[in-house]
Parts: sequence; structure tokens; C-alpha cells
Amino acid sequence: MKIELNGKVHELPEHVKTTAQLLAFLELQNRIVIVEINQDIVLKDKYESHQLNTGDKVELIHFVGGG
Amino acid sequence: MKSRYLKQELFIGKTGQKKIEESTIVVFGMGALGSAISEMLVRAGVGKLVIADRDYVEWSNLQRQQLYTEDDAKKKLPKAVAAKQRLQSINSQTIIKEHVMDIFFQNVEELAEGASILMDATDNFETRLVINDAAMKHNIPFVFGACVGSYGMTYPVLPGKGPCFHCLVDYIPSQNVTCDTEGVISPIVQWVASMQVAQAMQILSGEDVTPTLRSFDIWKMEHAEMNVEKLKNLDCPSCGIERLHPFLTMEKHTKADILCGRDAVHIRPPVPRTLDLKYLSKQWEQQTTNMLANAHLLSFQYEPYRVILFKDGRAIIHGTADITMAKNVYTRLTG
Ligand SMILES: [Zn+2]
Repeated sequence: MKIELNGKVHELPEHVKTTAQLLAFLELQNRIVIVEINQDIVLKDKYESHQLNTGDKVELIHFVGGG
Repeated sequence: MKSRYLKQELFIGKTGQKKIEESTIVVFGMGALGSAISEMLVRAGVGKLVIADRDYVEWSNLQRQQLYTEDDAKKKLPKAVAAKQRLQSINSQTIIKEHVMDIFFQNVEELAEGASILMDATDNFETRLVINDAAMKHNIPFVFGACVGSYGMTYPVLPGKGPCFHCLVDYIPSQNVTCDTEGVISPIVQWVASMQVAQAMQILSGEDVTPTLRSFDIWKMEHAEMNVEKLKNLDCPSCGIERLHPFLTMEKHTKADILCGRDAVHIRPPVPRTLDLKYLSKQWEQQTTNMLANAHLLSFQYEPYRVILFKDGRAIIHGTADITMAKNVYTRLTG
């Protein structure tokens, strides 16, 4: 499916259907990440259950430590 | 002399400029972000700037840490000392107080006390959580910033408004996740520092600042931002109903941190101690090479390690990422 990720259109592979799967696909599953889908932040305990839909506007910010 | 702020005052107004000139700002960490943030703040005319850093200038810093010169690297000057010299030459009117120290629970509140804003320029989550606790305890805004590679992020922690840093980062990530070995380019440093300083100026001049987390990848040209109000945790031990400020409590052991991507370990004794650098340099003269001393530290080669001993009892052991090994070397050298 096609989603908009941080302002850019991305085509996701078939198997990516949930927020958790999206994070794994982006190799961010072990990071501190904040995910917003269609202007609403998805809480961590909803990552497994929150389904993605075509056309979703996803904003995703992961934490880094450097400075 | 006043006309030096003319352009800024035209933009920000007389009241805003006055607020900036009356402010005290603490910059934690004087690496890449700390250098960029401090230079902007001093040029903007902040009244008092407090800077703190545990490290000394090395050649690999010069690519992005804008305050430092080849001469500083040759002399192995502590960053806080080299930074003060440069910053004071940029603006002689700013009161600058420098601290060559590791920031932790015992000194953070003293540093933060009376400050208008705390600026994050550290390189690890643990220190940020310590500063965040001090900020929450003393009701001081804390502007977070971080970067790696071409990616950077910022967030203003505003006491009483939105989540604190601990709410967002509810555990300290393991070292291998945060250890940033992939390098960094200076344009993203400048972006993060600019965002932090802009937010600091807005806070000072009374603009409405929202709890918004922002990120930017300056290579991919990818931007994201979100209001994170919803992540405020009422049970947060740092900013919630029952505030325990867990990162301001005692630790009893010698603290050793692996310095990311540098094959080095930083060591801080459990209680502050003063090292007699002159005595130590004599004591170890025979067993070491390339001895260099300045007013703040002693540097020498103690095969296979390169060792830096600071006056305040801290050390950086280069040539190992093994904490136990580094602690042994430290104990052997300082008794
Ligand atoms: Zn909190």
C-alpha cells in the first residue's frame, strides 16, 4: 500500500500492515520512536494492533543521542 | 556598543532584546551543538552564559565544533576553557562562567540554579535525564537537541506544559542503540543548534512555544513535526503528580562510560577528588611517554593506552572500550 511518510510517498511491501510492522520494516523497532498517523499519536501499546491504511499520513520521529 | 544588536532588536523588539540581555543560559556540553549554540547566544547578547564540558579538544573535533582551533587541539585544552576564550573575544560584555566537569546529579542543580533556560548539548540520554530532572525540580525550560549523521531533532521541555524529556524517553536505551558510530556532518549540527536557539529566544521574549517535537534530515531533505502534548505522563517520576526526580539521587560507584565511536572510556570517581598533576607527572615519568601537561590536565602514553587525567579526578582512557580494563588502569595510575 501507499502511505505518506514524513511528507514523502512510500510504497510499502505486502506484509507491512500494522504500526509495529512498519517500524520493523524501517529497522526502528528497537529505537525510541514517536509515531503519528493522520495527526494522532499512536501510543506504544497500540503498535501491534494499529492497522495502516492506504493514504495514511505518517509522521515518524526517532530519537538519537549525539550532539 | 548598543548598536551591535540593532538588527536583532529591529526584529525582536526592545523588550525582547532586554529579556535576552538579562538572561542567564546554561549550555550543557561544549561539543558540536554546544559550540554552535553558545556562539549564537553570545552574539545575541545574553547576559550570562554558563558552559560545562568534561572533554578536551582533539583534532577530530575541528570538522564541526566551530569554536576550536588547531592550537587548542595541540594544547589539548579542555573544551570549556578553549570555548570561553573564543566566546569572550566575540562578546566581551557577556559574563561567561566555564566548568571543566562531568555533569551529574551532584553538580547539575548548582549549575541550573537561577538560570532562565537550560540548553541541551550533551551526547547521551542519561545526562539529559539528569538535566531534565533538575529543570523540572526548579521549573526551568530545557531545550533538547540531538543529531547524528545528517539527521537531527529538537524539543522544548516547558515546565507545566506538555511532556518532559522523561515522559518521551521512558527508559535509557542501551549503549549500542545510542552509540552513534556513523559520524555526523556539520550542516545538521547547525540546523539543530539554530532550532534550539530560536526556541530559547522565543521563550525569553514571551512568544507562545508549543510542546512540538521536530526532526530534519538535511541530506534526504525530510522534515517531520508533531505536537506531543498527548504523551504527558501524569505518573512520570520527573514531572508528574508525585515527583521523585529519580536522576538526582545518589550513585555510589565509580562511573565509567564508553565514549561512543572513540575507543575510549570516561571515568569519574564516586566522590570528587583533586589530583596532584605535578606529582603524578613525576611519579609516572619513567613508565610513560609523550607527557603533556597544561593547567587542567595531564596527557601521556601508558602503553597501550593514551591517558588523560583531569585535575578534578576524572580520566579518559583511550585505546579500550572495556570498562573494567579502563577502571584498572585508572586505579593503577592514581592509587
Ligand atoms: Zn515527565
